[in-house]
Formats: sequence, C-alpha cells, structure tokens
Amino acid sequence: MTPLGGYLLVAALMFAIGLAGALVRRNAIMVLIGIELMLNSANLNFIAFWRYGTHPEALTGMMFAIFSIAVAAAEAAVGLGLVIAIYRHTHTTELDKINRMKG
Amino acid sequence: MTVVFYLIAAITVAGGLAAVLLKNLVHCALAVTIAFGGIALLFLSLDAQFAGFVQILVYIGAVAILIVFAILLTRGSDVPKDGVFSPTWLTGVAIASAVFAVMGWAVINSVNAIPQLAAVPHVTVHDIGVALVGSYVLPLEIVALLLTAATVGAVIVAMHEKGGAE
Repeated sequence: MTPLGGYLLVAALMFAIGLAGALVRRNAIMVLIGIELMLNSANLNFIAFWRYGTHPEALTGMMFAIFSIAVAAAEAAVGLGLVIAIYRHTHTTELDKINRMKG
Repeated sequence: MTVVFYLIAAITVAGGLAAVLLKNLVHCALAVTIAFGGIALLFLSLDAQFAGFVQILVYIGAVAILIVFAILLTRGSDVPKDGVFSPTWLTGVAIASAVFAVMGWAVINSVNAIPQLAAVPHVTVHDIGVALVGSYVLPLEIVALLLTAATVGAVIVAMHEKGGAE
C-alpha cells in the first residue's frame, strides 16, 4: 500500500462514517455533523492527490480544498440557522417528527 | 506509511465513530471536533500547512462552536427517551457499508496505477496568496459573495418571525 492509498482509504472510511451518521441519526443537527464529516473526507482526498500527484506547484488540489472549506462553512451556517428556525416553529429537531410541510 | 500516520488516522476515525454513535449531542460535538482536528493533522502530515491551519481555524474555531450553539439553542443536549437512531438504521448502515466497500475496492485496485511523486512540494503561503489573487481571483470573488449571502441568509432564516402564527 502506497502512502496515497492509505490516505484515500482513511478518507473513504470517514466518508462512510459521515454517511452512516447522516442516514442513521434522528436529530437534524447530527445529520449536519455527518455532512460535515463527508465534506472533510473529500477535502482530504483533494490534499492527498495534490501532495502525491504530478505538478503540485500548480496548486489545483490545494485551491479546491480551500474553496471547498469556505463553501462548507457557508453551508454549516445556513443549515444550522434552518435547524434553529424549524425548532422555533415545531419545538423539535427530531427528523421523523417533522413530517408536515405546511407547519 | 509511518507510525505517525496510523496514529493520526486512528484518532480521526475514532472521533468520527464516537460522533456518530454517542447518545448525548454535546458529546457528539466534542467527538466531531476531535475528528476535525485529526483531519487537520492529516493535512499537516501531507505537507499542506496552509490547508491544515485553515482547517483548524474554520472547523474547530467556527463550525464546532456553531454546532454547540445550535445544540444548546434547540435543547438538543437532553437524550431522547425513544432512542437516537432512526427506525430504519439498519438500511443506513448497510448503505454506508456498501459505499465504503465500493470505494475501498476501487482505491486498492487502482492506486498503484497512479503516478506518485515522493518529493515534498515546495509551496509557501506566498505562492498560495499569489495564486489566489492571480489565476484564482474570480473563484475568490464568487466565494466572497457566497459567504456574504450565506451570512445574511442565515441571519434572516433564524430571525424571529414578526407577528407570526405563535
């Protein structure tokens, strides 16, 4: 196993853990945490390919990871704001109790 | 594949697993912070110092705090009586295992075919800054606009409804 393979396997495992968290938990905040774990593992792939790929001086993978971190931060802010707004409306964050779109 | 890599990988995976499995949401937020820190250490071990410190600043400094605020504002720290996992948890675990199996199989079978450089890339923060305001200036402006819109949007979405239903 090359170093790149090790990093890719860790990223795949983190992605699977995040996916399981997003699919299995009932709380909306835990679903957002699972999505954050998945985004992080994608960033790990970008950085690993940048480090071991050809032409690292072109900075492609590094730039992609930095922009991805910025977009993920924006997504976390809006997502948690939505969770707080839903909690104020329905007094719960359990996803299987939020089953009406009209409120 | 050094001992350091295995240690950091074990910490990261343990943090992620604890975040998914723990019952109390505050403990989950702490565990996910450990996973974020482990990812930042993996970035540092990949000679991406700038990305590692950005990860620490943005994820441990901002996103983890935001998650804790959301948990406390929604009284999520009380453990629900009827369990924290959804009734269809077996399907979710099966889907996640299948995804990991496919990705692991693909990585193990194809990683040796990729040309890999062992030399450490010499990239300084100066190079990253020049690239950000040079060839990547349009994405940088778009991200700035996106962050502004997301900040305004998050405030408006979470603001009190004036004269609403309640």
